[in-house]
Amino acid sequence: MSDHDHHHHDHDHSELSETELRVRALESILTEKGYVEAAALDAIVQAYETKIGPHNGARVVAKAWTDPAFKKALLEDASKAVGTLGHVSRVGDHLVAIENTPGRHNMVVCTLCSCYPWEMLGLPPVWYKASPYRSRAVKDPRGVLADFGVSLPKETEIRVWDSTAETRFLVLPMRPEGTEGWSEDQLAELVTRDSMIGTGFPKRPGAPS
Amino acid sequence: MNGVHDMGGMDGFGKVEPEPNEPMFHEEWESRVLAMVRAMGAAGAFNIDASRFYRETLPPQVYLSSSYYRKWLLGLEALLLDKGFISNDDVAAGHSVAPAKSLKHGKFSVADVERVMVRGKFGRAAPGPAKFKAGDRVRAKNIHPATHTRLPRYVRGHVGVIERDHGCHVFPDTVANDAGEHPQWLYTVVFDGSELWGPDSDPTIKVSIDAFEPYLEAV
Repeated sequence: MSDHDHHHHDHDHSELSETELRVRALESILTEKGYVEAAALDAIVQAYETKIGPHNGARVVAKAWTDPAFKKALLEDASKAVGTLGHVSRVGDHLVAIENTPGRHNMVVCTLCSCYPWEMLGLPPVWYKASPYRSRAVKDPRGVLADFGVSLPKETEIRVWDSTAETRFLVLPMRPEGTEGWSEDQLAELVTRDSMIGTGFPKRPGAPS
Repeated sequence: MNGVHDMGGMDGFGKVEPEPNEPMFHEEWESRVLAMVRAMGAAGAFNIDASRFYRETLPPQVYLSSSYYRKWLLGLEALLLDKGFISNDDVAAGHSVAPAKSLKHGKFSVADVERVMVRGKFGRAAPGPAKFKAGDRVRAKNIHPATHTRLPRYVRGHVGVIERDHGCHVFPDTVANDAGEHPQWLYTVVFDGSELWGPDSDPTIKVSIDAFEPYLEAV
């Protein structure tokens, strides 16, 4: 094969890892059997790449920071409250929003697998799905937070939510100081993915993004 | 099952290492595996708890040494083989050589994609009254089913307090084995850190799980 032909959709099989070969074979089997349309698999990947992500959660958090009635509704029934925001992705049932306060910090984990509020935060990062986080978050959350460079006052209660059922948890972080009068759009820029998992804080005004 | 997937409270896995500007997928094949799992699940080949169970039953050394999406691939292959959607001959050939089996919801097509982007509904009508209410003290039962369960080992035998009632949900322990949904009341149960990790643990920690009623007994 010449370099000219060396196109990423046209690998020579010898270049592919055992995993890649296995994935291709399974995809061939499933499409040849008529179980799935190859185009539908492409469309799923594209939807994950474009439609979901932490920007959805950030809009919800920013709205809660500026609209007390929405915040109240969000904490009572997050699926229902998010459903009223037409510009945010549709969410399934059983979304639970949990509020950080000066006295209590919330952190979310799935010790058994990788449950995560996809519609709000996108696909979980590798660390969320990996053994170090899943094993330690429930036993040594302060140590885990230290791995993220996060430290909390020693008297702050840390509440860890282990996602063991189909309920999904979204942390509502505290609104940063110095943001009085900011618009929802401006505030949404401060909301990080990790602040909605509970392993980080929102950005502070003026901090580099 | 008491597998290595049930890792809450284990030591020795090292530090959490967040990756700055992490891409959604590290390799293209990861996205194909994700899509195949979502599509075959939506087509009715299996439910979400069955797919979890097949990852949990990977040999422990494989589970611990495989990347996330590699586990998804191995679990998916095993599940589809077990349920007869693919055969060993198909896998050996790398192509379909055996007849297809019919899918509960038919072929997964482009028109079905939007449906998989919203989570399924797991709430069900209550078959009976709830046994517990917010504020009740309960003990997580000391049970060790060899099949799929969502009661992590680190809470078994420990006493917590019911904080929220989420209504009745599909019961993973039965639906994972195709033994029916058997909806059960689901509660958030909060445990003090010292109850789980002993008197020397950090007194500011509280940990909750969402527990199905059959996991709990009154104290």
